[in-house]
Amino acid sequence: MSTIIIYTVVSLSLLGLLLAVVLYFVAQKFKVEENPLIDTIEAIMPGANCGGCGNAGCRAFAEACVKAGNLDAQFCPVGGNETMKKVAAAMGLEVAEKAPMVAVVRCNGSCANRAKTTTYDGYKSCAVMNSLYPGDTGCRYGCLGCGDCTNACQFGAISMDPETGLPVVDQDKCTACGACAKACPKGVIELRNKGIKNRRVFVSCINKDKGAVARKACKAACIGCGKCAKTCPFEAITVENNVAYIDYTKCKMCTKCVAECPTGAIHAVNFPPRPAAPAAPKAPVTPAAAPAAEAKKVAEPIAVEKNN
Amino acid sequence: MKTFSIGGVHPADNKISADAAIEQFPVPEVAYISMSQHLGAPAEPIVAAGDKVKVGQLIANPAGFISAPVHSSVSGTVKGIETIKDLAGNFCKAVVIEVEGDEWVETIDRSAEVVSEIKLEPKAIVDKIKEMGIVGLGGATFPTGVKLSPPPGKKAEFLIINGAECEPYLTSDYRLLVECPEQVLIGAAIMMKALGVTKGFVGVEENKPKAIEILKGFHSKYPQIEIVTLKKKYPQGGEKQLIDAVVGRQVPSMGLPIDTGAVVQNVGTAFAVYEAVQKNKPLFEGIMTVTGQCAAQQKNYRHRVGTPLSKIMEVSGGIPENAAKIISGGPMMGKAINNIDAPTLKGTSSILYLTEEQTKRKPESNCIRCAKCVAACPMGLEPFLLNKLAKAKRWDDAEANKIYDCIECGCCSFTCPAYIPLLDNIRLGKATVMKIMKSRPKK
Repeated sequence: MSTIIIYTVVSLSLLGLLLAVVLYFVAQKFKVEENPLIDTIEAIMPGANCGGCGNAGCRAFAEACVKAGNLDAQFCPVGGNETMKKVAAAMGLEVAEKAPMVAVVRCNGSCANRAKTTTYDGYKSCAVMNSLYPGDTGCRYGCLGCGDCTNACQFGAISMDPETGLPVVDQDKCTACGACAKACPKGVIELRNKGIKNRRVFVSCINKDKGAVARKACKAACIGCGKCAKTCPFEAITVENNVAYIDYTKCKMCTKCVAECPTGAIHAVNFPPRPAAPAAPKAPVTPAAAPAAEAKKVAEPIAVEKNN
Repeated sequence: MKTFSIGGVHPADNKISADAAIEQFPVPEVAYISMSQHLGAPAEPIVAAGDKVKVGQLIANPAGFISAPVHSSVSGTVKGIETIKDLAGNFCKAVVIEVEGDEWVETIDRSAEVVSEIKLEPKAIVDKIKEMGIVGLGGATFPTGVKLSPPPGKKAEFLIINGAECEPYLTSDYRLLVECPEQVLIGAAIMMKALGVTKGFVGVEENKPKAIEILKGFHSKYPQIEIVTLKKKYPQGGEKQLIDAVVGRQVPSMGLPIDTGAVVQNVGTAFAVYEAVQKNKPLFEGIMTVTGQCAAQQKNYRHRVGTPLSKIMEVSGGIPENAAKIISGGPMMGKAINNIDAPTLKGTSSILYLTEEQTKRKPESNCIRCAKCVAACPMGLEPFLLNKLAKAKRWDDAEANKIYDCIECGCCSFTCPAYIPLLDNIRLGKATVMKIMKSRPKK
C-alpha cells in the first residue's frame, strides 16, 4: 500500500518538474515583448471598464495611448484630468486640461407638468416603449420614465425620482462616460460642461413641436418663443425647430435668460438664490428670520438639482 | 384537415360579433383623410384648401414605387392639409374635408348588380388596381398593384385568398364572405387573370362553416378556385403560414412568398379589387368590427376612410366604462389606440374593447426553460434565446439565430407560463438587427 503512494508521489513530482522545465524554456523562446508602459497606465486607470472613452476597456485604452504615442485622441471621462495627468506623466507628456462634463437631463415633464394620456403596461424599458408608440404623455420628445438610463449607469449616479418620474443625476458621482445618453432612445440626456462651481444654465426641454402643441402637452415645455435668444448678450442661445439650445462654450452664465423664459424651461443649477429686487429697501434682518433664510440657502440648490 | 406544419397557438375564438350584418356607417361631418394609409412613402396631396371634391375623387398621388394614391371618401370642401395624430399618436399629414351632401364621381357604378365578366387585360387590371389605390387589407397595407407584379425572373403559380381570419374577435372578413361571396371570388378571378395563373385557393378556418358552405356553393361557377377548409390555429392568416397550410410549401428564410410561386391576398383586398375593376370604385371604404365582451353593441360597419374613431365609438354605444384598453386590429397583433380622435384608414379592421382583467399583464417571473415558446413559434425560432440576446444587445448572435425571420405574431408571449414579455424585446431586437443588416454595403 505504502509503496503505491510513494510511487505515485515520486512519479507525479518528476512529471511536474519535467513539465516546468519545458514550460520555462517555451516561455523564454516565445516571449511576447510588450511595452511595460501599458501595464503602468492600466494600473493608473480607474478600472471601471465602462467604455466611456470609446475603447473596449481600461487596458484597451492603455494600449491605444501607447500605440498612438500621444494623448490627443484619448480621454478618460471617469478619471478626468487627474488620471490624464498621471497617464501623461507616465508617458512623459504634457496634457491639456479638459473641462469636466456632467450628464444633464433635458426634460421638465414631471407628473405635475406633463399629464399622462395613456397608461403604459408593457415591458418596462424606454427602448421597447419607444418602439411601440411616442410615449404615454402628449409629448413625443420627452423622458419616457422607464429608467433605461439608470440601468445603463455603472456608477450609480443616475436614479429615478419617484415624485417627478424623471431621472436625477448625482453630479458628484457622474463621470460623464455618456452611457446614459446612449441608452436614452429619445436623446433627452446630454453631456454638458460641469461649469465653474458646478453652475450650469441649460434648456430643460427638447420638444420640437410648435409652441402651442408643446405647451398643451407640457406646462414647462420650451415653446420656441425666442425671448431667451434675444436677451442673451453673448449669442449663446439659438432657437431651431421650435426649441432653444444654449451653447455651453459661449454661455457666460449671466442667467438673464432664466428670468426671461415664460415657461420656466431654462434651468440654472447651483446658483445661490437671487437677492431680492435691488430697488427694495433692505429690511432689517430679525434674528428669527435669519436661520430660516440660511436654511433656504442650503435647501435651494438641492431643490433645483432635483429638477436637473 | 390542413394547417401549417410548425408552431401555433389556440387562443379563444371570441367571434361574438359574427352574427352582426355589415351596416353602412353614416358619413361623418368632417373627414380626416390620412396620407399614410399604406406601407411605403406617404402620398402627396394634389388638392388645396377651398377645392370642391366628390366621393371617389383622387386627392393624392403616390410618392414612389411602393406607395398608393388616396381618394376622397366624402364630398365637400377641402378645409386644408393638416398635421394630425394617428392611432399610435404619431403625426401624419391628412386632407381635412368638410362634408356637404354625398355626391359621387359619375364613373363609379353604384348599382347592386354583380358583374362577373372580366373585360380588362392583365396589364390593364394591374394598372387599374394601382390607380384605384388598392392596398392589402390583411394588416400590412402593402400596395396590391406591386404585389401583383412579381419581380423579373419569378413566376406566380397560384393565388391564395386569405379567409383564415385567425385573430380572435375579428369578423369583418367573415361577414364579407357571407354577404358578398361572389364578389370576393370574382375579385380572386381578376387577380388570377392579372397574374396569369389558373389555380386559385380560398383558405377558410373551420370555425366559419357558414362561409365555407356558401363559398362551396359557387364551385360550379368558379371551378378554378378551390375552397380549402383549414384547422383552426393562430397565426394561420400569416402569409407564410397560409402558404404552408394550403399548398404545403415553405417560404425560405429571408425569402418572399413568390419564391414558392404563391401570391397571397386578403378577402377584403379581393373585394376591393372586384369593386375597383368591375365597378370602377376606388378604395375609400373599409369594413371594421366593433366588439369586445364589454362593448355596448357588437357591430360590423362599412365605414368611409377618414371617419374619426371616436365617432364610431359614440354611435356604437360609447366606450364601455370598464374598458381598460382599446385595440385596433386583433388582440394578438393589433395596436392599442393612443388617440381615439384618429381617423380610420383603409386598413382599419376593428375597434376592440378589453377590460382590465383581460388585458392586464401579469408579473414576470423567471424562465423555467420549458420551451413552450419554441414549440409555439410558427417560424421555428427560439424566442427565449432571442429575448435574452436582444436584452443583452448581442445583435450579431441575434442575427445568427435569425431574429429577422420573426413575424411578430406574439405566440411566444401568449404561451409563456412565466409571463415574460418575449415579443416586446424580440421586436425591438429585430428592428435593430434589420437596421444593421440594411446599413451593410451590398455584395
